[in-house]
Amino acid sequence: MGVIYVNREQRIERRDHIRNFSIIAHIDHGKSTLADRILEQTSALTDREMKDQMLDAMDLERERGITIKLNAVQLGYKAKNGETYIFHLIDTPGHVDFAYEVSRSLAACEGALLIVDAAQGIEAQTLANVYLALDNELEIIPVINKIDLPSAEPEKVRKEVEDVIGLPGEECIPASAKSGLGIEDIMEAVVERVPAPTGDPEGPLQAMIFDSIYDPYRGVIVYIRIVEGTVKPGEKIRMMNKGKDFEVQEIGVFTPKPVAQDELTVGDVGFLIASVKNVGDSQVGDTITHANRPAPEPLPGYRKLNPMVFCGLYPVDTNNYNDLREALEKLELNDSALQFEAETSQALGFGFRCGFLGLLHMEIIQERIEREFGIDLITTAPSVVYEVTKTDGTFMEIDNPSEMPDAQQLEQVKEPYVKAEVMVPNEYVGPVMELCQRKRGNYLDMKYLDETRVNIVYEIPLSEIVYDFFDTLKSSTKGYASFDYELIGYKESNLVKMDILLNGETIDALSIIVHRDSAYNRGKHIADRLKDLIPRQQFEVPVQASIGQKVIARSTIKAMRKNVLAKCYGGDVSRKRKLLEKQKEGKKRMKSVGNVEVPQEAFMSVLSMDENK
Amino acid sequence: MARALYVHVPFCEQICHYCDFNKFFLKNQPVDQYVDTAVEEMEMTTKRMPTEQIDTIYVGGGTPTALTTPQLERLLRGITTHFPVAPDAEWTVEVNPGSADIDKMKMMKQAGVNRLSIGVQTFDEGLLQAINRDHQNAHVEETLHAAHTAGITNLSIDLMFGLPTQTFRQWQQTLQAAVSLPVTHISAYSLKIEPKTVFYQMMNRGHLRMPAQEVEADMYEELLQTAEANDFLPYEISNFAKPGFESRHNLTYWNNEGYYGIGAGAHSYTEGIRRRNHGPLPKYFRSMEEHGHPYLEEHPVTFQEKMEEEMFMGLRKRIGVSGTQFHERYGMRLDEAFPSVVPELVEHGLLERNEERLALTEKGRLLGNEVFERFLIDQ
Repeated sequence: MGVIYVNREQRIERRDHIRNFSIIAHIDHGKSTLADRILEQTSALTDREMKDQMLDAMDLERERGITIKLNAVQLGYKAKNGETYIFHLIDTPGHVDFAYEVSRSLAACEGALLIVDAAQGIEAQTLANVYLALDNELEIIPVINKIDLPSAEPEKVRKEVEDVIGLPGEECIPASAKSGLGIEDIMEAVVERVPAPTGDPEGPLQAMIFDSIYDPYRGVIVYIRIVEGTVKPGEKIRMMNKGKDFEVQEIGVFTPKPVAQDELTVGDVGFLIASVKNVGDSQVGDTITHANRPAPEPLPGYRKLNPMVFCGLYPVDTNNYNDLREALEKLELNDSALQFEAETSQALGFGFRCGFLGLLHMEIIQERIEREFGIDLITTAPSVVYEVTKTDGTFMEIDNPSEMPDAQQLEQVKEPYVKAEVMVPNEYVGPVMELCQRKRGNYLDMKYLDETRVNIVYEIPLSEIVYDFFDTLKSSTKGYASFDYELIGYKESNLVKMDILLNGETIDALSIIVHRDSAYNRGKHIADRLKDLIPRQQFEVPVQASIGQKVIARSTIKAMRKNVLAKCYGGDVSRKRKLLEKQKEGKKRMKSVGNVEVPQEAFMSVLSMDENK
Repeated sequence: MARALYVHVPFCEQICHYCDFNKFFLKNQPVDQYVDTAVEEMEMTTKRMPTEQIDTIYVGGGTPTALTTPQLERLLRGITTHFPVAPDAEWTVEVNPGSADIDKMKMMKQAGVNRLSIGVQTFDEGLLQAINRDHQNAHVEETLHAAHTAGITNLSIDLMFGLPTQTFRQWQQTLQAAVSLPVTHISAYSLKIEPKTVFYQMMNRGHLRMPAQEVEADMYEELLQTAEANDFLPYEISNFAKPGFESRHNLTYWNNEGYYGIGAGAHSYTEGIRRRNHGPLPKYFRSMEEHGHPYLEEHPVTFQEKMEEEMFMGLRKRIGVSGTQFHERYGMRLDEAFPSVVPELVEHGLLERNEERLALTEKGRLLGNEVFERFLIDQ
């Protein structure tokens, strides 16, 4: 590495010694540990340089045990055949919200290691990524990890790999990333089985962007895989789908420290810096080519990401509104899938309507705002995008329940459905099916993976998934279920907007779109909660849930009957004053809706509730 | 110039579960040193801030009668030694039922005491135990008898309602028992659970069953009715007196007038400054020794605060606040000082105008804090 190649033959010689691969694994099945072992056994870096689990960069990722952003490391490996190979290990996010990013990083590879926990078998999310890898025609090398666990059942897992994925069981490599067992076999398999890249180093440049991150000092750092051609600093490049030109300032590879190079050529995986100000200009899946000698067409597979889940984000302290805007703008630099626009809620004040790829994406953004920017947030109930046709023929896409037209104006409402796959030990089939039914699911399929594990497939409205499906699934299967979903399209549903009224006035932030059949239960639940959370006022306050003009559930906050000071001890007037000031301050922090003073905690508590509480 | 004096005696033989006042378990406390220091504080106080005359004295606690007769006598004599007590001054001492025998009563009478405030709280023996009072019903009668024998006839009793598990019926019984006693004055407070009390701990653990707000409100209404039916006039939210027996000392507070405060944890309001004394005894002693005064906090009351206090204290009285007097004191009318507040509260039926006076309505009396809060002026 670090050698300058001067002619086509040398570049092709180099290309044939490149192996690009990624690791597919379920959370906790040992991906990061395996990556660490591979890094140790190659010429990447010394032990001392390495933090545990090098690939997971952000704190948040470490804590959640997931990888949010991809990384690509260049490693040198001297194989048993005496040749030295260049490995590019490309890390992938493990979650369904980032399925597109996963598919692009897989598209940057020719092979993938499939890590399966010897005690737990294949999980739903893993399977989804395996299918993505097969779609990208990757060579899959199954690895059965943690074989030294007492509970390991490698033979059972081998059979599962054969039955479920159709890969020959004998190709599975037994390993223990923790103890280092089988690592060399894995490396040799990468050399032997993963095909070398193809492509012409002198062809018109085609480099696929599989990630881009914003760095406050360097601007956007673009992660690329060169499919055709060669790129060097100083050249003019073009983002083919975005249609913007930039000048290359620096290119290089990660070892895993970034190391500048004189060129990146066919088969290479590395980074490119070109004064790109915003990750939106270097979108994942886009193709980079030369501005003066463009490729005839971009690489296939580019897709603009559309948010699937929306919610309102409001600062708990209204003074933090501008801070929240800045936080979102900063996050947007690094996250082209994040969308936001200002919105105002009567109940919650000034905030932003934000769009996310999915629930996890939403949670990560919320958590980063709270943690990295120190802003406490109120989050409205997540909503999906509804397709609405009004009686006058107008078509609308609605991601905010308060914008839903009244029921009498609705001709048709469609909602997004997902195909949900749940893998679960067979004793939980009952509870899972019951849950899916309750969530308005339609049964599609059920398969026994082996004697004890079942794959259950339903189509379910996405809105039910974002409500509390994960939590309920977890609790009703003692955490044994694994779950994955993909969007399958829109279907008509009997949906209505339900408003919550306080003293006759609608609380905008609490409006939700629900299926008519579950409206009463949801409405009653919210009304009862509010009754308990809102302090008594000087008058009786009705809390109602309504569909259009029709009240479907109601509860009542009784009028305050008594609030008067007790004994004035020995003339302690200051204490009385403090008590009154505290009372007055408390009211200032409340929002007034329908003449009713509502503490912010009441909104927060209602918005955060799920059916189990 | 202050004409009222409060003296605090922070010792108790038993600690009540609801009490968050400055008090200490009597055993092994330096009581004699305390009496001496309090008398020193009296001397220091009149030297620094002399007064023409003291019209009302209130010796409270704690339990003043937890002191031995000689200790209490030293304290009471200290008052007359250092303060110019008016011949017709109202002089009250707080007494727990059973805590003062005839000798102690006689000594108090001799020293000038002419009014007792007796901490009865409830006539339900079970509730007395539940709130950890150290007396029984029989002690109330004994104490009243001893007082009369000693010649102290202006007697007040304290009651509490809204106690844990207390029923409306129990409260009615306590009220009936109270109005039939030979007393001139009844104070009745609803229980408020304060931090640093046994009840607070119990409540946080979910071990207290409190009456519902509705029941408490009913109890208060029953109190008003029973008191009035028995010629105890409700001259303040929590205080009821036979005609002419209103507590002159407590009226000082509600009229927003000055008062001296002597003793550990005592509050005072003199020359426009509110002060709080050190509460813990070692700190009280040390501050007196090292600085010649026991003050922990001093706060000069601003003009605005004074107006606010005039209202939130004054409105506790049945006759309310005099607009004329307010104008005299502050040079502006009530509706100038609190624009829009008064009309709004009147409109909501919480306040009423009575010629030039402003007072709580019947509804307003139960929601006093909602009214008082409005008289805190936004900065």
